Amino acid sequence: MFAQQLINAISLGCVFALFALGFTLIFGVLRVVNLAHGAVFMAGAYVALVVIVHLGMPLWAGLAAAFAAAGLLGAGVDWLILRPLRQREAPELILMIATIGVATILANGVRILFGPDNQRFPHGLLPEDVIAVAGIRVTVIEILIILVSVALMVVLMYAIQGTRYGRALRAVAESPRAARLMGIHVERMFFSTSFLAGGLGGVAGVLIGLYSNALYPLMGEPMLLVGVAVVILGGMGSIPGALIGGLFLGFSQVFSVAYIGSSARDAIAFGLLFAVLLLRPQGLFGTAAQRKA
Amino acid sequence: MKRFSQLLIAAAFSTAAFAPVHAADIKIGVGQALTGGGALYGKAIVNGFEMAVDEINQAGGLHGNAIKLVMEDTKSEKGAAINAYKRLIFGDKVLAIFGTTVSNTAQAADPTAQAAKTVALSSSNTAYDITSIGDYIFRNAVIEADVLPVTVAVAKEKLSLKKVAILYGNDDDFTVDEYDIFKETLTEQGIEITTEETFVKGDVDFKAQLTKIKSTDPDAIVIAALAEGGPIMVQARQLGIDLPFIGGNGMNSDKIFTTAPGVASNDLWVGSPWSLDNDTPENKQFIADYNARYKVNPDQFAAQAYDAAHILAQAIRGIQLSGDVAADRAALRDALPNVTWTGATGPFKFKRHLDRQGQPTGYDADQTAIVSVTRDGRFVLVD
Repeated sequence: MFAQQLINAISLGCVFALFALGFTLIFGVLRVVNLAHGAVFMAGAYVALVVIVHLGMPLWAGLAAAFAAAGLLGAGVDWLILRPLRQREAPELILMIATIGVATILANGVRILFGPDNQRFPHGLLPEDVIAVAGIRVTVIEILIILVSVALMVVLMYAIQGTRYGRALRAVAESPRAARLMGIHVERMFFSTSFLAGGLGGVAGVLIGLYSNALYPLMGEPMLLVGVAVVILGGMGSIPGALIGGLFLGFSQVFSVAYIGSSARDAIAFGLLFAVLLLRPQGLFGTAAQRKA
Repeated sequence: MKRFSQLLIAAAFSTAAFAPVHAADIKIGVGQALTGGGALYGKAIVNGFEMAVDEINQAGGLHGNAIKLVMEDTKSEKGAAINAYKRLIFGDKVLAIFGTTVSNTAQAADPTAQAAKTVALSSSNTAYDITSIGDYIFRNAVIEADVLPVTVAVAKEKLSLKKVAILYGNDDDFTVDEYDIFKETLTEQGIEITTEETFVKGDVDFKAQLTKIKSTDPDAIVIAALAEGGPIMVQARQLGIDLPFIGGNGMNSDKIFTTAPGVASNDLWVGSPWSLDNDTPENKQFIADYNARYKVNPDQFAAQAYDAAHILAQAIRGIQLSGDVAADRAALRDALPNVTWTGATGPFKFKRHLDRQGQPTGYDADQTAIVSVTRDGRFVLVD
């Protein structure tokens, strides 16, 4: 059983990480707890559903459409709602509440358009085979999610550390005001980060929708809960933190079910989270906030 | 000018308020889950109920008046269900309420109906304590306590069960009630329980629990779940668990064939007073009418809702409607327990429910369950 549970933990952890990657970008760079990210994630999944089912296009087209649509949605939220609030120097709490409003509107809109029932992607979009090797069984979608989350992490890390765009992003994350003084177009950075984060959320929506076989208007909510925990655990804005944090939570959930008891699952997983934060409040990979003179 | 536009707005609103309700219409409130986790049953329930009401109205209505349905969405949430009931009882002043879909919301909302002395009739609440709430609470759904022992006994015989694992949702009144009943009947029938695993609403991944279950080598998996049932079966098959599943009311919906497509849904054993294969004339007529109207086969939820409408109508036929809402509601409550009806689910009558202290309270369904097993996309009667 141990080997199978190991695979279960890795794939569940990567599911969490996939969602958290986009979320941590917003959290870290825009310093906004974007509670609309769950709804953007969900909207991406539904856009892919429409493209695949009603336009008859293949999976990669659905993924691309989800990335684009969710990206535009994320950027739109930033442009229409967060930017005016930022200009009025609204406190971060107000921005968070505004994103709750957006999430509600999106979820209700999708429910009106598609109905509250669970939808699923059509059969055979991905090979539905289960790969059985050495007594453990893993599905194609699980392997895909693991590969994609690791690949995304690598790509994003390179982008943030090794490109000019990434440097600008880090500058804005550290201090928007100083970045502006250095000639970085801060609003444009917020806009493009929101687009990127939204797009990542949309892709996560498609993959997780395939994994769980359930698309429904509120599918982002349970992910959001876990996403916040993962991002705080891994460190806000830290890309490797999102993956490690996701894996940590996946492992603690799976192994507490396997060896302790399923009813204790959430208590243990979040208890461990709490313990880590007591020892290291900035999260595993986060940087401690420094007081500026 | 401002005064004029105010008058205009007031006039527009008052004309909108004159919806076509005839003074003598019989208003029945419908408090079902149109959204949320219970919506997968709620849709079939509303379909069945509406079809029956249209039949009754087309045949001339009751006492020459049409039944008018007032729809409210309980959203599968306790708070929303209470509000829905309050609007129906105090705002729309309905004669009775047909609700709710899931036991979890009934537990919250039915006390409001009881306190307001308005009948609440459900065709789908099967957790034990719902009709313990009071003598205005009725259901024509056979409760889990009557169905599950039958399902387990038949499965035990046909599958030679010696040991099973239990997987249930521990955050819902209905699934917890099912768990309690399953545990009791399994112990009574001498079946060993290898392990008990839980999940909560909103979970998408059950592989940890299922892997653990597999390692304890049961003969079957007993499952108490609602919308999670489909994904659980899918993931079980993906993990190479080809065991039979034994389920309760939450697994009775045809939706299982879409949420667990292909062979994933096979070998699920459930009990129900209704079956698509049951060849009574009333059932055949019901299935044909439902097919013609909705272009799909009905399921147990649609059938029970259909019968519920006729049972309610039969009770209303037997009373004098005075126009005084409180008096009419009381008269309906007094007439309902004596109604007998033969509908899609076969011969039906109520039986008095005893709460856990042994006191008589509401009314349960007096019907026997028959066991079916899923095979290739449909529920097949077990002989």
